[in-house]
Amino acid sequence: MKIGTPKEVFAGENRVAMTPESAGFLQKLGHDCLIEAGAGAAAGFSDTQYTDAGVMVVKNAAALWKEADIVAKVRQPEPAEMKKLREGQTLISFFNPAGNETGMEAAKKVGATVIAMEMVPRISRAQKMDALSSMANIAGYRAVIEAGNNFGRFFTGQVTAAGKVPPAKVLVVGAGVAGLAAIGTSTSLGAITYAFDVRPEVAEQVESMGAEFVFLDFEEEQQDGASTGGYASVQSDEFREAQLAKFRELAPEVDVVITTALIPNREAPELWTRDMVEAMKPGSVIVDLAAEKGGNCKLTVMDQKIVTDNGVTIIGYTDFPSRMGAQASSLYANNIRHMLADLTPEKDGVINHDMEDDVIRGATVTHEKEITWPPPPPKVAAIAAQPAKEKPKELTPEEIRANEVAAFKKETKTQVTLLAVGAALVLGLGAIPGMPASFMQHFIVFILSVFIGFQVIWNVAHSLHTPLMAVTNAISSIIILGALIQIGSSSVLITILAALGVFMAAVNIFGGFLVTRRMLAMFQKS
Amino acid sequence: MDFGFTIAAYAVAAVLFILSLGGLSGQESAKRAVWYGIAGMALAVTATLIGPGSGLWLLSLILIAAGALVGHQLATRVQMTQMPELVAIMHSLVGLAAVFVGFNADLMINATEALRGTATPEALKELSAFGQLVAKKTPVEIGILRVELVLGIWIGAVTFTGSVIAYAKLAGRDSLLPVEIDTSAKQLPGGHMLNAAAAAASLILAIMYLGGSGTFALVLLTLLGLFIGYHLIMGIGGADMPVVVSMLNSYSGWAAAAIGFSLGNDLLIVVGALVGSSGAILSYIMCKAMNRSFVSVILGGFGGAKGEQMAVEGEQVAIDADGVATALNEADSIIIIPGYGMAVAQAQTAVAELVKKLRAKGKEVRFAIHPVAGRLPGHMNVLLAEAKVPYDIVLEMDEINEDFPETDVAIVIGSNDIVNPAAQDDPNSPIAGMPVLECWKAKQVFVSKRGQGTGYSGIENPLFFKDNTRMFYGDAKASLDTLLPKID
Repeated sequence: MKIGTPKEVFAGENRVAMTPESAGFLQKLGHDCLIEAGAGAAAGFSDTQYTDAGVMVVKNAAALWKEADIVAKVRQPEPAEMKKLREGQTLISFFNPAGNETGMEAAKKVGATVIAMEMVPRISRAQKMDALSSMANIAGYRAVIEAGNNFGRFFTGQVTAAGKVPPAKVLVVGAGVAGLAAIGTSTSLGAITYAFDVRPEVAEQVESMGAEFVFLDFEEEQQDGASTGGYASVQSDEFREAQLAKFRELAPEVDVVITTALIPNREAPELWTRDMVEAMKPGSVIVDLAAEKGGNCKLTVMDQKIVTDNGVTIIGYTDFPSRMGAQASSLYANNIRHMLADLTPEKDGVINHDMEDDVIRGATVTHEKEITWPPPPPKVAAIAAQPAKEKPKELTPEEIRANEVAAFKKETKTQVTLLAVGAALVLGLGAIPGMPASFMQHFIVFILSVFIGFQVIWNVAHSLHTPLMAVTNAISSIIILGALIQIGSSSVLITILAALGVFMAAVNIFGGFLVTRRMLAMFQKS
Repeated sequence: MDFGFTIAAYAVAAVLFILSLGGLSGQESAKRAVWYGIAGMALAVTATLIGPGSGLWLLSLILIAAGALVGHQLATRVQMTQMPELVAIMHSLVGLAAVFVGFNADLMINATEALRGTATPEALKELSAFGQLVAKKTPVEIGILRVELVLGIWIGAVTFTGSVIAYAKLAGRDSLLPVEIDTSAKQLPGGHMLNAAAAAASLILAIMYLGGSGTFALVLLTLLGLFIGYHLIMGIGGADMPVVVSMLNSYSGWAAAAIGFSLGNDLLIVVGALVGSSGAILSYIMCKAMNRSFVSVILGGFGGAKGEQMAVEGEQVAIDADGVATALNEADSIIIIPGYGMAVAQAQTAVAELVKKLRAKGKEVRFAIHPVAGRLPGHMNVLLAEAKVPYDIVLEMDEINEDFPETDVAIVIGSNDIVNPAAQDDPNSPIAGMPVLECWKAKQVFVSKRGQGTGYSGIENPLFFKDNTRMFYGDAKASLDTLLPKID
């Protein structure tokens, strides 16, 4: 199969979907590679480099689209490019299927297969072709670099002969791939970095990158990132309020804010409000990575850098990956070639478009004159679900009351039953004709003592169960009283037996109490 | 002294005993509580000695002094790890004393019976106070007296042999008995039927004795009681010994209460009932901690497991002291799970030393204690206390189980069944449903263990085969001693 990459037509786009390096791998899969003349120039790859790598350089886009069986590109194709698509051709590119109905219709009509790179499912096996992540990684890095470029101070704190420089404080909002990359870059530049995310489970990742996670004083059923494929979802109003309050508190302190909060297929949530911008120090920088979707800060102007009246720079560029053309191209080209490797399982240059495969199925948006978007959920769960926490269900006051009443009734029932049975037994014993009063008197004492023992023991601390046994053992040698009473008998046999009893019980009394003392003396606080 | 004074002293003693049990609710108040118990006992004995009815008090004092000497020797010489054995053997003394006192009561009844027809009031005066008490009783009262003493003697006999066997099982090789007792559950042919038959025969003999067949029936009854105590405890495996010991504790209390009835002594009744009910509740608490029914423990062996147990896959991966030391040096939070193996190897001081070193480096070190770790409830707490481990880092299962996922290293020292994940994963496991310490959720688990054998219950432990588990073979103390210098 012939794989061709045209020059990106979008103004200012520096990336290219094939590099000389990736072309080498593609050829190993049995494919031939084509490239439009000058396609790699903006990313720093000359036509000669491509030719040296065995890539055929085609002089214009029209020829390339005609020649290639598979077209790999970066940006979502322009309508003009869509017209060049022909039956049986495969297009691999960012495609934005959610917002590109016409593009899908057009592809369906001509019978072309479209693989949208942003639709690669987030499962472990597909990470090597996850172009969104590789681009987000670059964006995160570049955001910090852009911020540093516009921030008139050091990131790292220094004590120099010419004076002390405090370290910059950076707040990264949204700890996705871009956010984590930004955190890593920022900390390695020496800034004090804070990070926030609505998914508390990423706190660990944030801390592993060397930043401090900003926790909210907020209790709500925390959302499980696993259920949404690792992306953040919409938050409740209360949560949003708590979050904004925290940001307002941070605004006067931080020098650089990098917002990366995007929710799939929605306008970016407003997280950095006008008053927060106004509260910031002059010279501070805001980099809004969500500018394309309206921005996390409403002052952001897409694709522009503005300076507010109080001297805060707001960067709304949307082309961070393109600004790092060489790096972005090599990563994206690698994503593409991994995708093609999955499409060419036999490495014989023949494409096997396996719609049973989770990854291929997920990324394919049109195939054989059908729109296959949105895909069914992948068979493999994207991320291990969080262990199900026992969530104490929010009960309404009525329910709590009802539960209390039910528990109370149940307890009453058990107690009454036990009491009734116990009382019946005792009464039954007392009703036996001829039961002497002396016995019944002792019996009352007995019942009361059992009851007291029952009440007292429940409170004994678990760690003291061994001392409890030693103490009860010592106390049970109260049997010595019986022996003492009998020892004075006139009968020799009785006296001997009683004497033995006294002796044994005495051993037990002293042994038991001493051992308990020994044990208890050892318990100490740190 | 007057009878009234003795009764009053008894009342005070009873209150002191109740306070002494109730005071065990906390470590600090427990220290005071023991003194209440001692004061109560001293008061009770003194009141009895100077009260009406006791003669030969010089002999009594000498005997008590001799007993004190022996008891003191026992209590101070015993190692903390041998505490369970000591408690068990002391129960046997109470049981035997109850048997003797019971027999005395029977002899006294016979003596007064003989006098009853012929004797003059002067002859009755010759009898001891107890004899006078008996002589005053009506025939119905004598009947009840006999019921009580039969109960007292029988329970005392069961307690005596049962405690001796429990002692032998707990002490194992170190037992001072002339014969060695197998620690595993062993029964004579016939098993529980034999116990049931002996119990039935006891009942018949008791009825015969009440019918007036004399002391002969009582002796036979005692022998049967002794046999039941022996056979019942022989049938229970070593793993269930904690429950058995507290159960025997309860029995000795009931025996004392029964004797109290026959002697008409209220203090005996009060204290016997206190000890009896507390032992019963303690057994119940422990059975609940093991998710076992009390009956199945008493009847011996594990019951109710059906179907194939899950086969354990994988292999046990060993690790040496260097590997453990590296992991410990890198870890921030550590949880140690001690078990009976630590007691056997006398490793508690080495463990305490390790904890001291790790804590000095600012690491969070805690202990997780399973309710049935060791051979007595609270056994581990006592051992760790002996080694001067502060009790506020020693936590119960429920307090700490949720912390394992955030823990870097869990160290299992000589415990097995209480950390067995099969209790949760394998419904066919004999210990299914028993709450266990979920140490396998920690990032890394080290198991210090003598060899590849199974635990007391004899079941394979899948924990040892888990990916994050490393086996640190060898005697716990020796292993820790090689490990200690490597922690820096």
